[in-house]
Amino acid sequence: MEKDTHFILGVYDDEDVLLHAVEKVRGSGVKIHEVYSPYPVHGLEHVLGYKRSRLPIAAFLFGLLGTSLALTMQFYMMRFDWPMIIGGKDYAAFPDFIPVSFEMTVLLAAFGMVGVFMVSSNLKPWAQPRIFDLRSTDDKHIMAIDIANNSAMDVEKIKEILASSGATEVNKKSFE
Amino acid sequence: MAHHGEHHYNLEQRFDFTAATKKSIMTVLVIGAILLGIGIVLAMTGGHHEEAGEAGGHAFHWYERLYANLWINNVFFTGIAIVGVFFFAIQFAAQAGWSTPLLRVMLSFGNWLPIAGLLMIATFFLANHDLFHWTHAYLFDQNDPQYDKIIDGKGAFFYWPMEKGTFPVFYIARMVLFFGFWVLFFNKFKKISDQEDQLGGTSHWFKMRSWSAYFLVFFAVSSSISAWDWVMSIDTHWFSTLFGWYVFASWFVSGLSAITLLTIFLKGRGYLEMVNENHVHDLGKFVFGFSIFWTYLWFSQFLLIYYANIPEESVYFIERLSSDVYGGFIFVNLGLNFFLPFLVLMTRDSKRHGVFLKLVCTILLVGHWVDFFLMIQPGTLGHNGGIGFMEVGMFLVYGSAVALVVLGGLAKKNLIAKNHPMLEESYHHHI
Repeated sequence: MEKDTHFILGVYDDEDVLLHAVEKVRGSGVKIHEVYSPYPVHGLEHVLGYKRSRLPIAAFLFGLLGTSLALTMQFYMMRFDWPMIIGGKDYAAFPDFIPVSFEMTVLLAAFGMVGVFMVSSNLKPWAQPRIFDLRSTDDKHIMAIDIANNSAMDVEKIKEILASSGATEVNKKSFE
Repeated sequence: MAHHGEHHYNLEQRFDFTAATKKSIMTVLVIGAILLGIGIVLAMTGGHHEEAGEAGGHAFHWYERLYANLWINNVFFTGIAIVGVFFFAIQFAAQAGWSTPLLRVMLSFGNWLPIAGLLMIATFFLANHDLFHWTHAYLFDQNDPQYDKIIDGKGAFFYWPMEKGTFPVFYIARMVLFFGFWVLFFNKFKKISDQEDQLGGTSHWFKMRSWSAYFLVFFAVSSSISAWDWVMSIDTHWFSTLFGWYVFASWFVSGLSAITLLTIFLKGRGYLEMVNENHVHDLGKFVFGFSIFWTYLWFSQFLLIYYANIPEESVYFIERLSSDVYGGFIFVNLGLNFFLPFLVLMTRDSKRHGVFLKLVCTILLVGHWVDFFLMIQPGTLGHNGGIGFMEVGMFLVYGSAVALVVLGGLAKKNLIAKNHPMLEESYHHHI
């Protein structure tokens, strides 16, 4: 079976039930594709066993880039390109450069972080979002299980596990 | 969260201030006293600074350095003590739940306040002319050749309603008023917290929130004015409009570091079981964030003065940066109080593990002491200052005395405010 096309969906009413269900489903050896919820559920990424995001590292590197660019730019302009004496200071007066460097650090860290986040979350403007169940934007939590990822297990068995973990409905969903 | 079970924490725990702990603090105190003694002897015998005739016939005496040291530590440790109370009040004003098991740790620093107040007043009368130039009567006498028009213009801020150059009624009144009210609020907080332990219910929390709000309003004004009075008035001609905030920021980082260190110390001794890496992480964030806040203020003050380059303003930094005694410490100050916490505490892990925090917070306490050293010594001692035996000794003596008083106060009551309505919330704190 092809990956990323056929899914079993567990629909949950309650976040506490969901949290325990995730533990139970993962405990019985089923690999969860993703859980969709209408609002952030505290502790969900923990029970799903997600690794910590590496976004802060990207932010740090982009910030560093901002600092370096700002300092290089100002140093080049003020010392080589068009030397100017301002307020009787040296051409390359370091303290003068700090505010601009600070702003550039913040700007690039923020932009870089947003950009990396959008790329890694596939939030391109032209991306077609896949909707597993519209009710996950309203009042239901949806647990999606990729059948191809769980080929060792029988589909009926997975459905049974979902139902016994507290899912109010168990559906199938296929994408083209 | 994954664990929803019942919690069986011992809420009646008390800090046992053992003889062994007392002994190790006393050892530090004695070492400090010995270093201080060596420093005094060296200063008394070392005659190379005695340059009579300089600055209007004013010869340098060794005890001036002792006074300056007393003053640095008075201001520094007063800050740590009042920030403990301030941070406690903030928790109630912000209706914070995460910090509930740490409330008594914060509040315990206030135990130093009464002693700090007495020391401050005593040092003022002892040192007088040797610390504060504005206490000289001739500055206000128009017939005197040393009459100073600028200081005369500021004189009322010290002497009102008395005649300028006599007894600084207004100045002393503010000092007494600030310490008086700070101690009053501290005792009020202690009392309400104590009643809550005995009676329970939510009424004490509401009462505490109101008193916290009153305190915060009072502290907003008094912290700024005390910075002008106790620190900025040393350089009497000079002024900076953000000085109050700058001193407050330095105090706040020192206080937060002290609170974090005490928390980690208590946890290491097996107390505060419900405090986990999430609570420590939050304290780490405060230390990290307010270190940057301090840098922001330090740099804002510096940049404007440096850029405008008006002589009466820039003299403050020329006195420091161009000095062979203090020049290097400016960079030590920035290195210890900005670059180090900024780089070390940036990652999540370093804020969640005691080792990094212990290291950074200890260095920050030294770093902000250096900050106050740089505010106070250049204006009082000029090139006769520096960091030597006397400075290290006095810092250790004060530090261990504060530790004795604070831990002694902490040991008197339960460590946890067991009937605090948000205690349960703090158990589930997770970030």
